[in-house]
Amino acid sequence: MEDLIKIRDLTVRFYTYEGVVHAINDLDLDIRRGETLGIVGETGSGKTMTALAILRLIPYPGRIESGSVSFFDKSTRAEVELLKLREDRMRSIRGNKISMVFQEPGAALNPVYTIGDQISEVFLLHRRQELGRQAKQRVDSLLSNGSGPAATLKRPFWRWQSRIYRKIAEGPNPLEPRILSHIPVFRRLLWRLRDEARLLTVNMLKDVEIPDPGRVAAQYPHNLSGGMKQRAVIAMALACSPELLIADEPTTSLDVTIQAQMLELFRRIKVDKGASVLFITHNLGVASEVCDRVAVMYAGRLCEVATVEEMFLHPMHPYTKALLEAVPMPGRPLQTIPGALADALNPPSGCRFHPRCPSAMPICQQERAKLKEVSKDHMVACHLF
Amino acid sequence: MGGVFRRPVGAVRAVDGVSLAIRRGQWLGLVGESGCGKTTLAKTVVRLWKPTSGHIYFDIPDEIREEIEVLESQAKNNSKLASLLKQNDLTFFSGSRLHSFRRRAQLVHQDPFTSLNPRMKIKNIVGEPLRIHEVLSGPAVKTAVEDLVGTVGLSSGQLERYPHQFSGGQRQRIAIARALATKPEFIAFDEPTSALDVSVQAQILNLLKDLKKEFGLTYLYITHELLIAESVCDYIAVMYVGRVVEMGRPEEIFHAPRHPYSQCLIAATPVPDPKRRVGRIVLPGEVPSPANPPPGCTFHPRCSRATKECSELEPELKPISGDHYVACFHPL
Repeated sequence: MEDLIKIRDLTVRFYTYEGVVHAINDLDLDIRRGETLGIVGETGSGKTMTALAILRLIPYPGRIESGSVSFFDKSTRAEVELLKLREDRMRSIRGNKISMVFQEPGAALNPVYTIGDQISEVFLLHRRQELGRQAKQRVDSLLSNGSGPAATLKRPFWRWQSRIYRKIAEGPNPLEPRILSHIPVFRRLLWRLRDEARLLTVNMLKDVEIPDPGRVAAQYPHNLSGGMKQRAVIAMALACSPELLIADEPTTSLDVTIQAQMLELFRRIKVDKGASVLFITHNLGVASEVCDRVAVMYAGRLCEVATVEEMFLHPMHPYTKALLEAVPMPGRPLQTIPGALADALNPPSGCRFHPRCPSAMPICQQERAKLKEVSKDHMVACHLF
Repeated sequence: MGGVFRRPVGAVRAVDGVSLAIRRGQWLGLVGESGCGKTTLAKTVVRLWKPTSGHIYFDIPDEIREEIEVLESQAKNNSKLASLLKQNDLTFFSGSRLHSFRRRAQLVHQDPFTSLNPRMKIKNIVGEPLRIHEVLSGPAVKTAVEDLVGTVGLSSGQLERYPHQFSGGQRQRIAIARALATKPEFIAFDEPTSALDVSVQAQILNLLKDLKKEFGLTYLYITHELLIAESVCDYIAVMYVGRVVEMGRPEEIFHAPRHPYSQCLIAATPVPDPKRRVGRIVLPGEVPSPANPPPGCTFHPRCSRATKECSELEPELKPISGDHYVACFHPL
């Protein structure tokens, strides 16, 4: 399988008053086309930061120190270096080629806009030309089919509209519609664009199995339950058929039965849309349900990357083993990992896990272990291998 | 509340007709989805809330309970029943009697980030129950607090600190130490590990196990994670929209569930084992609002086995074998 995203030597640091927080250290990770890659780890292991770094959305005072994130664009067949891209080019990728679903659906939606308005926004921003083309077709059909005195009166206006929508459909950012959309009263004249976007929105909502999508599109976030909100957020993320969907703990705030529905939806998305999914979770059960490959992170570094079967049946890294044993399973005494999570302000030297590792060696304190391919599709960062 | 005059327009039956018993030394797990009334039940059991109707007995001999039932069934307004209830039923407790009950039953809240007062030092947080219940005073409190903090695995050097200086797991340990302060016989836990990481969760669960053995405690443990309930509890009750739908020992509930809801809940739980991916049941629809539950069995709109009977009559919780109880007309 070809690679969609290649992350090399990514380092992210946060310059806080207490000191420098090493959020991500020398991370190498590939996301392949059409796969679901899970990132698993505990709080503060850098899972979310990895996702935000791909989209270049690291919040202040964080900074991407070094590394590269290259993205292979299927439509243009070109390799794009995301970290060096101009901000306006980056904006055309966010929400379009790479989109994200956040943990808390209630916080991801704006409470004062309807669900339909919020999803339409994606289309209005990234699919303006397409909307213009459809709007023009609609006006043209009115021009050719309209008859009667009302149509005669409206005809000049329709002709003008057809011209404007043709311009939108042709040019990337034509002058006349641009001026119109900046003047409050005249902006209304472009209402057909929003109508077309609404149609696409309702289709999108139907795609994520929301019952009665027309009604839901007109509702506000507070009218919907948690599961429905999360579906709406997923619809928003899928609106432009992204090549990569980043899902940051999308089921953590949902109930078990709703979570099962969501996991089913994610599986279907992958098959139907052919999108790659980067699935971030702390729940190992969820990871084993949806992922093709899993990456385990600890204190800003990758410990192990392998296929699900390999990861759960033959874990190699001591941290992965300990993590799997800490999951309560009936008929097995509960194992704990001694000690506490590594302090991000002054992380332990060498391998970050060595103070808690049962099989630590002297070399673990001095040198960090590089990620090595131990067997096919199974990479481990540990001095034991 | 609603309407122009802010008068109540309806009542939410958060917990509806629940009867269950927790035996001394038992670790009862209460599982269910959000909004099913787990927390309400726990808070009512420790009498933070007063139930609208029903009885709660705490450490009462069976004879007295039976006597009350007999007197109640006669439906007479007699003074003997009133005095019996006042002395034995938690719902009628108030003042000093409630105060002394609270010394014997404690609650640990869900979120350790909000259940500890940020302006109090740890020594005061853990020592407060001792002072309120006048168990100890003066320097004895200090040694007792040091002991308590030691039992939950923190060092006495941390007593002068404030809650924000601790991690989530440590805070939950502090909350547990506070609950242990008055040497209670019964502790209700309201999802104590849902805000914690997997490895910390395992530490807390092991701590609870040790404490139970050491002090002979009885636990009511609320959780939405079935794997936890299955691996630590002695007895499990499954709730759905304010009602208990199934009760039984973990091996019965998890290997031979009889209520369709329990079956779906177990099938929906993700297990970290890629081999067990197949055979899941995805339950359609959502949990109904307890303000407006469906008539009859509350689960019938989502149930695959529902018949006409289910939408009309409410199934009762009946024993199906031994101490396995099910509330379903068509058990599996």
